[in-house]
Amino acid sequence: MATTTVKPETLVGKKVRRREDPRLITGTATYLDDIKLPGMYHACVVRSPYGAARIKSVNIKPALELPGVAAIFTGDDVKDLPSVPCVAQLPGLRMPHHHMLAQDRVYFVGHPIAVVVARDRYLAADAADAVEVEYEELPAVADPEKALAPGSPAVHPQWPDNTAFTFHQEGGHIEEAFREADVIVKQRITSQRLIPMAMETRGVVADWHAAEKSLTLYSSSQAPHLLRSLLAGIFGIPENRLRVVAPEVGGGFGSKIDIYAEDMLMTFVTQRLNKPVKWVESRRENFLGTIHGRGHVDYYELAAKRDGTMLGLKLKIIQDLGAYLQLLTPAIPTLSVLMMPGLYKFKHISADVIGAFTNCFPTDAYRGAGRPEATHGIERMVDILAAELKMDPAELRLKNFPAPEEFPFPTATGLAYDSGNYALPLKTALAEVEYDKLREEQKQGRQTGKLLGIGMSAYGEICAFGPSPATPTGGWESATVKIEPSGKVTILTGASPHGQGEETTFAQIAADELGVNIDDIVVYHGDTQLVQYGIGTFGSRGTAIGGAALYYALQELKEKIKKFGATLLEANQVSLSGGACIDEKSGKSVSFAEIAAAAYRALKLPPNTQPGLVATHFWEPPNFTFPFGAHVVITEVDRETGEIAIRRYVAVDDCGKIINPLLVAGQVHGGVAQGLGQALWEQAVYDDNGQLLTGELTDYAVPRAHMMPWIEASHTVTPSPVNPLGVKGVGEAGTIGCSPAVVNSVVDALSHLGVRHLDMPLTPEKIWRIVQAGGQA
Amino acid sequence: MQRKFSLTINGKPYADEVEPRLLLIHYLREVAGLTGPHIGCETSTCGACTVMLDGKAVKSCTLFAVQADGRDVLTIEGLATDVGLDPLQEAFWNEHGLQCGFCTPGMIMTARQLLEDNPSPTDDEIRKGLEGNVCRCTGYQHILNAVKAAAIQMEKRGA
Repeated sequence: MATTTVKPETLVGKKVRRREDPRLITGTATYLDDIKLPGMYHACVVRSPYGAARIKSVNIKPALELPGVAAIFTGDDVKDLPSVPCVAQLPGLRMPHHHMLAQDRVYFVGHPIAVVVARDRYLAADAADAVEVEYEELPAVADPEKALAPGSPAVHPQWPDNTAFTFHQEGGHIEEAFREADVIVKQRITSQRLIPMAMETRGVVADWHAAEKSLTLYSSSQAPHLLRSLLAGIFGIPENRLRVVAPEVGGGFGSKIDIYAEDMLMTFVTQRLNKPVKWVESRRENFLGTIHGRGHVDYYELAAKRDGTMLGLKLKIIQDLGAYLQLLTPAIPTLSVLMMPGLYKFKHISADVIGAFTNCFPTDAYRGAGRPEATHGIERMVDILAAELKMDPAELRLKNFPAPEEFPFPTATGLAYDSGNYALPLKTALAEVEYDKLREEQKQGRQTGKLLGIGMSAYGEICAFGPSPATPTGGWESATVKIEPSGKVTILTGASPHGQGEETTFAQIAADELGVNIDDIVVYHGDTQLVQYGIGTFGSRGTAIGGAALYYALQELKEKIKKFGATLLEANQVSLSGGACIDEKSGKSVSFAEIAAAAYRALKLPPNTQPGLVATHFWEPPNFTFPFGAHVVITEVDRETGEIAIRRYVAVDDCGKIINPLLVAGQVHGGVAQGLGQALWEQAVYDDNGQLLTGELTDYAVPRAHMMPWIEASHTVTPSPVNPLGVKGVGEAGTIGCSPAVVNSVVDALSHLGVRHLDMPLTPEKIWRIVQAGGQA
Repeated sequence: MQRKFSLTINGKPYADEVEPRLLLIHYLREVAGLTGPHIGCETSTCGACTVMLDGKAVKSCTLFAVQADGRDVLTIEGLATDVGLDPLQEAFWNEHGLQCGFCTPGMIMTARQLLEDNPSPTDDEIRKGLEGNVCRCTGYQHILNAVKAAAIQMEKRGA
């Protein structure tokens, strides 16, 4: 009966190999497309080939006659249903009704027009091809700056200025800063549109049970409870009859937080047909119809004193929103505003955001979500200021950091940075590359035409979203810990991971707190019928909030365990350690497993104590966390080809306390790969007609193994005071720290040619042209 | 129109009647019930669907099922034996060579081919050898470590 074994050592901070891996390395995990239900139909979506067009007619007749076709639905069938939801709110926000199927117009290439349902996926695709749609093409606009220019085609005819919202924030007295300044540097900086490209595309299986009026919906989601609440509201299905399951999720990077038209469509279809139905996105659909990231044109002005003291920062962001507002679309650039000061002691800031509609798919939260743009901007501006002042960029940074004793550090954007020693990672990284020696090598090399670049970024990020008033989805997280009668431990987390390894890290935390063997612990997530309400995994919040909720649930349970221990030992007070309760006075002890058995057998209950050992905790964080770090990148530019070789990539990150160094390293490496993708290769390119030219993996250059440098990753550890684990979060750090360090490095390599700024991606052609022109971009 | 064909998958005989246009990956996943190999792009650029066909790593989204007639397929499900995991599986686990796991079955099959061709590859050779398989999570560094670790393990076993 009592089978729990006592564990020999503490696990937090150790390289524990992942407990989710056995099913993944043997090919036995169940991803969305692996789900097969009896009688299940397959759906295929007919999509617009135009960026903007009037739909003159849709003829489904020839398609309906094809073999195996069960039904076809068009815009008319869903015209009375609510919009695909956006939960972000801004004053004066214009919110177009985003029908799950186009009505009389299409607004982007890939806009769903009809859904074909058939016996198998081949027949569904055949029938989708046979749906006849007649279009009248309309002028489109795909560039956000062009969209805002007078006379541009209107994405939504009712709003000819293509402006969804404007947003202004300021802190301090910006004009004062600019009056006092000795130097003002200005630069237009873009953060190009990117495609998140999780390896698993999206997919939905919807299964309506008519007799119970209940729905089971499987979706490759990062936030199943949120999806449940929104779907329940849209379709009027009682939330207690709607089960959402996120099965094994093959990556998300923010793109699977959203509720999409297809989640709604499949819910609609299964109710109409009384049959389960599956839709799995093709890669091309994933490029056309899953959220994109970034899409910024930023105008910066930085005011400083001659000695390098930074005074004020002005920023105008033009955010490419796309044609509609997905879940968080308009909120993302406001995160850029929050983080615009970076790690520097600006007293005065002013920011304006203009949200521009374009005939493209919506942008939304992609790994970093607003913070990579802000960090790229400020870190480029600091280098531009350093060049203007003829100051060393490292020295300029070190001069403007708050000192460790100034924390919590209030920013001009209204935040309180939790804890930090910002100089330490930068100094560590510079020492690692032997900065002074490199500068000498650079000087020597330039005499023989060698283009060596030394670039750095000192980044900060806002993580662990977040206090609920500042997080549109709600910002708390939940955990339940159940100690079963046999002493085995079951954990249910509301955070719904998709590759982050919380089945391992959460078990490490629980093993240490309870003093039991990790093999006696199982962590479940992602099923709303199994797990108490939760928010999800995004914004580097899984461990910092979900882990903290778990910690508090464990504390509650430990108190109860001790009560049972004391009763069994007939002692007044006992301590809990090493998987047993010990009466210090008598030296007698009772094992964890014996206590578990007694708690359920309930022969003798402690005073005012219920049987059983279960605790649930919902934890609302008092603040965000603010991880930071420095990345230093050494590049060599080939004059003849414009190719950039990365000689060294040194990342020193501070994510607070580390639960599992192996997993943290993995997050840093993967984050850097996505940052490097943005810096050097990736770009979602729409032409003037709104046609996505990078519509397949063959055209969109994600990093491959031979393109990546070796990443030398290390850490400084500054615990966060915000949560009891001291963790800050690490999911987005690599991405945020990377792109400015790389671009700063390449600009540095070309600076003696007069190059002051380069916009991403730094493709060989772009660099070659600049070098050939002697630095003139 | 259906066509009869037969093949061996993971050492077991299969015989089916399928449409000639059915892709091998769809046959494996939906007819044979082997959902280990995944579909990541359908254009043979991502490698998630990689399996071994007569001992050579192939992208099974680029072949029709009937092209495997009379041939021998090995999928990720066929790697582990009663004795335990394959050295590559073990190494991916030990070295944290995966996060979301979606690319992993294909990545392991390509790595298997790589080590068969070149039992002690350099870092550059490993990176080159894996360039047909996309991973969006790991930045490839732990995958590189895993392949190196597996190479050492396999050399020991062979010796």
